[in-house]
Amino acid sequence: MAEIIHMGGYGSYVWSAFGLTFVVLLATVWLTKRSLQQTRNRLTRRLRSASATEASS
Amino acid sequence: MSIFFAVIKHDLAMAFRRWSDLAMPLVFFVIVCTLFPLALGQDKELLQAVGPGAIWVAALLATLLSLNTLFREDFDDGSLEQLALSEHPLSVLLLGKTAAHWLVAEVPLVLLAPLLALGFDIPAAGREALLLTLLIGTPTLSLLGSVGAALTAGLRRASGLLAVLILPLSVPVLIFGARSADLAARGQSIEGPLLLLGGITVLALTLTPFATAAAVRVTLD
Amino acid sequence: MPSVAYGRQLDAIFVLSMWNWFFKLGSPPHFYRIATRLEPWLMGGALVLLVIGAYGGLAMAPPDYLQGDGFRIIYVHVPSAFLSMFAYSVMAVASAIGLIWRMKLAFCVAAASAPAGAAFTFLALCTGAIWGEPIWGTWWAWDPRLTAELVLLFLFLGYMLLRQAMPETRQADRASGILAVVGVVNLPIIHYSVEWWNSIHQGPSLMKLETPSIDGDMLWPLLVMIVAYQLLFIGILFTSIRTQILLRERNTRWISDLLS
Repeated sequence: MAEIIHMGGYGSYVWSAFGLTFVVLLATVWLTKRSLQQTRNRLTRRLRSASATEASS
Repeated sequence: MSIFFAVIKHDLAMAFRRWSDLAMPLVFFVIVCTLFPLALGQDKELLQAVGPGAIWVAALLATLLSLNTLFREDFDDGSLEQLALSEHPLSVLLLGKTAAHWLVAEVPLVLLAPLLALGFDIPAAGREALLLTLLIGTPTLSLLGSVGAALTAGLRRASGLLAVLILPLSVPVLIFGARSADLAARGQSIEGPLLLLGGITVLALTLTPFATAAAVRVTLD
Repeated sequence: MPSVAYGRQLDAIFVLSMWNWFFKLGSPPHFYRIATRLEPWLMGGALVLLVIGAYGGLAMAPPDYLQGDGFRIIYVHVPSAFLSMFAYSVMAVASAIGLIWRMKLAFCVAAASAPAGAAFTFLALCTGAIWGEPIWGTWWAWDPRLTAELVLLFLFLGYMLLRQAMPETRQADRASGILAVVGVVNLPIIHYSVEWWNSIHQGPSLMKLETPSIDGDMLWPLLVMIVAYQLLFIGILFTSIRTQILLRERNTRWISDLLS
């Protein structure tokens, strides 16, 4: 176990490369999903307000 | 073909009517080239080493400065629209405008470069090569720049965007131009890279007019 | 003769059904449905393969005889670099298709692949620098491949900034499409010029970020990682394409049916 963390002296490099990759990939996925959700919410709201004005007129 | 020269003539006449637009990139180029020795110190060897690269980068930046006005005014006063509606192929008309830009903005800069090279203590072979590489390389800068200028002509405050679009695409020209000028200054033969630089220019000459025409149509849309 | 006519008919039916399939795939509502259904599978598959590949690369592959355990960065560096180029090609090809055939969905694909591609490029640069520190003794060497990767990042950023600057989607699609196509023609030239530039002042022989002499135990985690990255990219692409479709089709009937 300690060997895997130490990586023959390269531990900090290897683990920081893997960690950074993990963080950036996760952030990309999260941001993409969030932007889809936000777009959906915005369009749904717009749709509701449009149909509300139609009904009231 | 005659319409191509007619466009060049018209644009040249317009440019000489407002000489301040003509002089501005040139003065900018000279000032930037002066800044390098001021910032780096008077070490002759150092100046000789960075000279060709510094002059090339300054030329690239000066080109960007002049590209901003390439299509902007024609877009604003509607003459770009008229060009697009004329019966002549738009790519040829725009190539004429780009050629005029090269003659007005690039040629003076190319001719001035060997003079500025004196300030960097670059030997005669290097000065010659600098003139030659700039002469072969700057048409590509104008051509690539015309694509970027056409894409951004309709946007306000687009000068920063233009730089971001064009500079990465200019990397090969910069590398071949500056490096071969440097190699020549060190007394080496530069036939190979000069041919490659010429090849890039021919490629740009054949392909970019269509991209520029397409970009102008998008901007006018 | 009847058999020939029959064959021709079959041909015609086949072509028509292919065309129909293609046409349906190109229609935004249909693609939206397919993307929604496939997305969890892609993301899940990518996650599983990422875990397997990372375990294989970190724990099972033997250390390299030259770079020791430092070479293990290859398992995140090479897939990122590969996918960054892949994403740019997807962006350029989709842009060309959109420009030639005026296909709305192609522009959705192009716009969607840019941010993911930029993320992969960024990762390739960062992991390359982290790898360079122990192997080269410096964070950044002007290695031709790292330099080309840096220019690629600039191209992605320019593409996204141009899109951002154009208020109208249709115009942004076509303008950025032209930029992507010009960029993809330029890309091999950039690669070649950077390599030439590197070759004329070869310094003291650096140890390259080469794939070390690779044997089976080292290779399979790398292949698994590349496949995982591909799946992840397609998953992100599908999510992002859905956003693009929503933005472009917001005034259509099927979108209001979908959202209400």
